[in-house]
Amino acid sequence: MIITQPKDFDVVRSFLEGVDAQHVFLIGCGQCATAAGTGGEPEVAAAAQRLSVAGYDVVGTAISEVTCHSGGTKLLLRKHKDELARVDAVIVFSCGAGVQTVADALACPVFPALNSSFLGNVIRHGEFEERCQTCGDCVLGQTAGICPVTQCPKGLLNGPCGGMWDGMCEVIPDRRCTHVRIIEKLEEQHRLRTSVLAPKNYGVKIKPGHISVRKVRAQHHVAPTSEGEAHHE
Amino acid sequence: MSSLRDKLNAGHFVITGEVAPPRGADCTKMLADVKAYAPVADAVNITDNQGATLHLSSLAASRMAQEVGVEAIFQQTCRDRNRLALQSDLLAAATYGLHNFLAVTGDNPHFGDHPQAKAVFDLDSTQLIEVASSLNHGIDMNGGKLNGATDFFIGAAAFPEAEPWEIQKRRIAQKIEAGAVFFQTQACMDVELFARRVEEIQALGAQVIAGVILLKSEKVISFINNKLAGMMIPEHVSSRIARAADPFEESVALAVEQSRILGEVADGIHMMPLGDIATGVRILHEAKIR
Repeated sequence: MIITQPKDFDVVRSFLEGVDAQHVFLIGCGQCATAAGTGGEPEVAAAAQRLSVAGYDVVGTAISEVTCHSGGTKLLLRKHKDELARVDAVIVFSCGAGVQTVADALACPVFPALNSSFLGNVIRHGEFEERCQTCGDCVLGQTAGICPVTQCPKGLLNGPCGGMWDGMCEVIPDRRCTHVRIIEKLEEQHRLRTSVLAPKNYGVKIKPGHISVRKVRAQHHVAPTSEGEAHHE
Repeated sequence: MSSLRDKLNAGHFVITGEVAPPRGADCTKMLADVKAYAPVADAVNITDNQGATLHLSSLAASRMAQEVGVEAIFQQTCRDRNRLALQSDLLAAATYGLHNFLAVTGDNPHFGDHPQAKAVFDLDSTQLIEVASSLNHGIDMNGGKLNGATDFFIGAAAFPEAEPWEIQKRRIAQKIEAGAVFFQTQACMDVELFARRVEEIQALGAQVIAGVILLKSEKVISFINNKLAGMMIPEHVSSRIARAADPFEESVALAVEQSRILGEVADGIHMMPLGDIATGVRILHEAKIR
């Protein structure tokens, strides 16, 4: 999931001050930001309270089921269109993708309340760790299922670097060196490579990423496998 | 042509030094440092934004060093440039007559004076060695033919005392496979262990220029342990300096001892006098290496 962190309240306030906003609407996200404890119902309610105390008119709040889903979010915004017609600005408590979904759908200024930190694994409740950068050119098949692009602070494919000391990372000293872990695990699996891993192909990662399942299927002449999938297209 | 390569190939024991480009546009001190090495050093490494702190470029400074008559070892880190810029600067180095090249990973910007910087690391040091090796064959890293090949004597960094040694050794072998011909090492601490490992690196087919550092004082040791990446002074070394009546002279004596022993084993010494080049020269004289 996308792990988010709250922006400083003063930063959010400065956004509002920048457009002389008095009447605001807050939108949370029922997915990642709820799980991360940054944009679910309690956090949005707390922000509404804080903004009210600071003198703003919080016209309403809503939680989008999945803010980054354009269709669902547009439906939610339609439900609140009367309130939204009266606001100077909207504040979104989701990752940047969700903020943009809302901004696409509204004419008024839309501001982020959170920073998108990383694509994270849930280690345990409330504890997340970045494991994948969505680099588009996965090397896990050669690195014992441990991603050096993400887990090595330098993102080196071949390591360890000169900063490794006693098997520990130089940048995060209380953490085992990712390359030491990769080498040890490959050795355990009797597949330690001697060759150098080739430089990554960043050419596959053209921004902004865009995939249309419908177009891919049309190219490969594949029929939709179920009604559900066809519907989601 | 690299005279460092010729000397090592001919079996001569070599001395290398290290000079940092200035943090600014005034090169007076840097050139004075380069010249101070001239009587003893066969080549001088010119660092590349070392410690992830802003300095004049290694490319410009390496060229200037050679203009005052001292052979440079042009260093590149992978931190600040992508593969296009790294290759482009290597080609520039070749046209400037720089033929010694040392590829290193580079410290994380987090530790430097621009912690907000985006770390590039498009390539790692091993991949960069492969690239330089490829340029030597007149081919870019995508297999494209170049109009004129480079002629780099390619080096890499090694850390003989780092554990786990088997992993370090494997990395060294990987760098040799990528095209590294010589290694310059981190500073020697435990000279007996270090010497054994130098021999293991040599057995892999590379030449080793062994690092010797002038520790100077307890304060310097504490700085190295806390601020410098990839170096840790063991307790038995730091207490020897700290307990001595004259810590500075004790650190000179230690460096002389190490230089003497490594002089028997390694292919050269990389002198790291931490700015005190005159004492670096004195160590080499006292060790009867120069």
